[in-house]
Amino acid sequence: MSDDLPGSPATAPDGLTAPHAVYEACLERGVLAFQACARCSAAIFPPRGRCSQCGADALTWRASAGRATVYSTTVLTPRDRAAHAVVLVNLDEGYRMMSRIDDSEVAIDERVTVEIAQVDGRALPLFVRNGGDR
Amino acid sequence: MTDERALRGRVAIVGVAESDLGEVGPGVTALDLAEQASGRALDDAGLTIADVDAVFSHSAFYAMPTVTLAERLGVRPRYTDSTAIGGSSFLAHLRHAAAAIDAGLCEVALIAYGSNQRSAAGGLVPSAQNHIPSYETPFGARLPVSAYALAAARHMHQFGTTREHLAEVAVAARRWAQLNPAAFEQSDLTIDDVLGSRMVSSPLTVRDCCLVTDGGGAVVVTSADRARDLPRPPVFYLGGAEAHWHTSISQMDDLTMTAASETGARAFDLAGLRPTDVDVVELYDAFTINTLLFLEDLGFCAKGEAGDFVTGGAIAPGGRLPVNTNGGGLSYCHPGMYGIFTLIESTRQLRGEAGDRQVSDVHVALAHGNGGMLSSQVTVLLGDDSTL
Ligand SMILES: [Zn+2]
Repeated sequence: MSDDLPGSPATAPDGLTAPHAVYEACLERGVLAFQACARCSAAIFPPRGRCSQCGADALTWRASAGRATVYSTTVLTPRDRAAHAVVLVNLDEGYRMMSRIDDSEVAIDERVTVEIAQVDGRALPLFVRNGGDR
Repeated sequence: MTDERALRGRVAIVGVAESDLGEVGPGVTALDLAEQASGRALDDAGLTIADVDAVFSHSAFYAMPTVTLAERLGVRPRYTDSTAIGGSSFLAHLRHAAAAIDAGLCEVALIAYGSNQRSAAGGLVPSAQNHIPSYETPFGARLPVSAYALAAARHMHQFGTTREHLAEVAVAARRWAQLNPAAFEQSDLTIDDVLGSRMVSSPLTVRDCCLVTDGGGAVVVTSADRARDLPRPPVFYLGGAEAHWHTSISQMDDLTMTAASETGARAFDLAGLRPTDVDVVELYDAFTINTLLFLEDLGFCAKGEAGDFVTGGAIAPGGRLPVNTNGGGLSYCHPGMYGIFTLIESTRQLRGEAGDRQVSDVHVALAHGNGGMLSSQVTVLLGDDSTL
């Protein structure tokens, strides 16, 4: 297995193989997990069974450093809670995900960092602004 | 047939109709509206249920849509297709019907839709219960509007598109709606009205979002040969293309470039036409950003330039390009899935029966459907007798 895959090695919790179950179990342990393809090195998210770039049965679990750049953002102001931004972020490892930033001032191209939080009894990868730090 | 070009002009739309639209009130079901539209479209075509041997439908309100609708109508089809790709389904149904009719698998196809989402639910009814995990819903996005808002925000960031540009689309739709007695929203609307409306998911306000109405529509399709014996002027199928590149907005590679860039190019190639040949454009405008994205992706203007392209009433009545001449999903009617209405309005414009909103000298119409979160895109080119 290649050492130059994106992210750092991660292991699936014992006994788990189903893609979403592994992802959630990793989050509960404080790890933002994604997959990388041992054949084509693509970073893959959301979790799945085979590489959706090359089709290989060669996906391996990786841990993300959780550092990202905001690709787009939209602010919602629900009646029952504070305004928040729903964002699409590009992780440095080369994949994109949706998340939330509880700061409606966040802008496209800003650098942000994951902060895994317990929300309604489950671990969720939220993001926070870096405040100018790269 | 080994080349899809052979389908050009081989089938025609011979009947179209809407059901009652707007707010039909309690007790009227989605199936009632699909039935009503189907009956009216067959009347328009000069055909009856005895002629129909193929049924095409999609619904968020009842399972096995063609099976359910056919029983209600009293049709026993030999060809059936419930392709479910959101609001673009009905344009895909037309392409599938064209191929099936040309291959001799059926002769008269009925494409139909009905929804009572305004009276029944007061909100968008999702197309299907989702029993697989979502990597988006836990974050508080208001889908689908937030998905389109993310695309709008990115388009603004990348190309300098403004909220005023988005508002131009809503205002143009309203001005067309004011010429259409069937349109739900008839009151005056200004750019400032749109900008000052309640923000739903920035940068989109409630006036950047489609209506929530009841309504149904139906389209009857048959071979070009048979179409020439029917009472209405045939509206010929010239070419169509389908594509989808993602389902979740977070998996859309470039938020400013939809699969319409593929379907438009393919449909024009099949029809042997270019954007400058199109006389009326009927786009699925679930949100104002859709119209900008599709004008670019379908080749009516360059990528990033749709904001300028629509400015100054350029797609409104009297403008340089007639777009969404019925008032669109923004001001005419949006019963959950709007796609079939792009075909109905295209047909009426080509037949010259669009009343006060009739565009002069219409020979080619483009209908474009969108489904999901800018996910599924289907483009169809239609023409009158002069295009053959
Ligand atoms: Zn691969």
